[in-house]
Amino acid sequence: MSSTLPITIISLSLLAFVSAVILYFVAQKFKVFEDPRIDEIQAVLPAANCGGCGFAGCRNFAEALVGANTLEGLSCPVGGSEVMGLVAKMLGKEAPLVDPLVAVLLCNGTPEFRPHTSIYDGASDCRISNNLYMGETDCSYGCLGNGDCVRACIFDAMYMDNLTELPVIIDDKCVACGACVRACPRNIIELRKKAKKDRKIYVACSNCDKGAPARRACKVACIACNKCVKVCEFGAIVIENNLAYIDAQKCTFCRKCVTECPTNSIIELNFPPRKPKAEVEVEVETNKR
Amino acid sequence: MLKTFPVGGIHPPDEKLTAKTAVKYLPIPETVTIPVSQHIGSPAETIVNKGDYVKTGQVIATSKGFVSSNIHSSVSGKINKIDTVVDTTGYKQTAVIIDVEGDEWIETIDRSDDLVTEIKLSAEEITKRCLESGIVGMGGATFPSHVKLTIPSGKKCELLIINGVECEPFLTSDHRLMLEKGDQILVGISILMKALKVEKAIIGIENNKIDAIEHLTELATKFKGITIQALKVKYPQGGEKQLIKALINREVPSGHLPLDVGVVVHNVGTAYAVYEAVQKNKPLFERVVTITGKSVAQPGNYFVRIGTSIKKLIEAAGGMPDDTGKIISGGPMMGKAVSNIDVPVVKGTSGIILFPSGESERSELSPCVRCGKCISVCCLNLEPYLLMTLSEKGLFERAEEEKITDCLECGSCSYTCPAYRPILDYIRLGKSQVIKIARERNMKSNAAK
Repeated sequence: MSSTLPITIISLSLLAFVSAVILYFVAQKFKVFEDPRIDEIQAVLPAANCGGCGFAGCRNFAEALVGANTLEGLSCPVGGSEVMGLVAKMLGKEAPLVDPLVAVLLCNGTPEFRPHTSIYDGASDCRISNNLYMGETDCSYGCLGNGDCVRACIFDAMYMDNLTELPVIIDDKCVACGACVRACPRNIIELRKKAKKDRKIYVACSNCDKGAPARRACKVACIACNKCVKVCEFGAIVIENNLAYIDAQKCTFCRKCVTECPTNSIIELNFPPRKPKAEVEVEVETNKR
Repeated sequence: MLKTFPVGGIHPPDEKLTAKTAVKYLPIPETVTIPVSQHIGSPAETIVNKGDYVKTGQVIATSKGFVSSNIHSSVSGKINKIDTVVDTTGYKQTAVIIDVEGDEWIETIDRSDDLVTEIKLSAEEITKRCLESGIVGMGGATFPSHVKLTIPSGKKCELLIINGVECEPFLTSDHRLMLEKGDQILVGISILMKALKVEKAIIGIENNKIDAIEHLTELATKFKGITIQALKVKYPQGGEKQLIKALINREVPSGHLPLDVGVVVHNVGTAYAVYEAVQKNKPLFERVVTITGKSVAQPGNYFVRIGTSIKKLIEAAGGMPDDTGKIISGGPMMGKAVSNIDVPVVKGTSGIILFPSGESERSELSPCVRCGKCISVCCLNLEPYLLMTLSEKGLFERAEEEKITDCLECGSCSYTCPAYRPILDYIRLGKSQVIKIARERNMKSNAAK
């Protein structure tokens, strides 16, 4: 017993030493050079791995940032300008100009405005009902109300309102990652520029049918009458395929188009109530007259 | 022992309420709405304008590309407008709306009733006549028939199989056609045999139509090469792969067509339409439609002009029952619910079924317990619960590997599921996504070449 112990100790130690030397050289030969900045950048990113930046997770985005010549066009919607400023400083580059964005549903077809004409009894999935038929109303462009967008949101920023049967986006929580935009089979959710105090003005309609069938299907449909285009002094509104669209970059939030729209298709949110004039009724946020 | 396909299948109740009701002619309505897409493939392009006067049988839209079909007017009258209307697809599409004036047919159609047995046209001329006459698969799939008759080089057809199975509950249009137009169907089959250059044809008929089996067997003695084979009643025997396996025990491999095992399958209704087109020069503008339902006052079978709204059929059957919960175009397994009764009858409308509201709603669903019943009924050896879950979670690449595109959407899995899971809904979603992904992949690899 005693004679084998020193032999055991020596031979195992030799084996360990030889393995260590081999491993050292192999590690040196196959070493992957990684820019240490990638780890540093990843540490300041929010680690949500939501894909909103367009890359496969925060690590992938960090790699792209380090390898990029300019940071223009690269932004993390969750971290926003604060995180991008930090990243820019760390890389010694100029911080990209990023508009804060928020998701907006381009539809206001509640059951009151857009009556049901059939009952959908299939699987509760917008992609499925969209493949099947127009939907429970006569509008083949509007929200189907089965909540694919709500299920896609990982920031708890959306919920389905049972009365309006439309998804609601919570401004404070929405980071504009784009998951709901991608989930919607009708492509009626848009990422729009956030204005101060979360104010928004947009055409809450996606119906491309001509005025008469659109109006028959929904009381607040856009009928492409052009009145908003004419009243806008900033050229922010364009009508294409029987549908008006307000460019958030050009819009100055003067609200003239909202009162001009004969079907109340244009929505204004988070504004103070208008001062009552002689005959004009007070404008209320809920878009009801 | 009667033949049938070996794997899976279900036995829904027959409900053939109209099996003994002879086909009547539905009166021509005052207006018809004829969609330009009533078939698989590209929609046809209109060649008429508002205000034009058209005759019954006149071409009003021409096929676009090879996989497409001509559309003919089913009435004579003036074109009111060309507009988008909701049809049985559930979406709006272009249709020609005609105000009916009389019933003037184009002069080239032979309107006599006598049976014409001599086939004067050559194989190529027959295929061309099918294209010109707008013949599509009348079983409901509406695949353009001239495409099936065009055998690509390198492939050979040895046998024509005629689908007289009509496995969907409630539907009896094929059954009545076999009983009342048996001779014409057999001539039509002979025409198809000539076009495909085959010597043999087998008509498969399920055993719940014994009168049709006996009738056609007797008539077929006058025709060369046509035999009738009775089949055990099982759904979905009318699926072409199941029918081929049942009749001649050949299996069409996954991703392949019947022609790869030397067979072409046509529906009996298509054979009848081919007879009319080739022997009488009559294009496809009317078909037999079953109007039925447990609460319907007078269920029946009618020859209907394409473009007639289903409202007219419902009126002829005694009006809409008060307890109607759902209206289905097609059969209860693979048909589609319609959202309004103004939709028109089109080439693929085999029946209209009115379901009472007690039977229309889906039951409350509960979680999948992996009981495996869906697997045991799947006639294509698929795993429906797996395809459903993969589609739900968006794992479409894996769904493609699990052969989701093999699914013929027969609905046996949803029918059997004890938890009332919407299995077929999700499989359909998965199929559409996988097909899209595969198409994009092919386009990318073609562009790279």
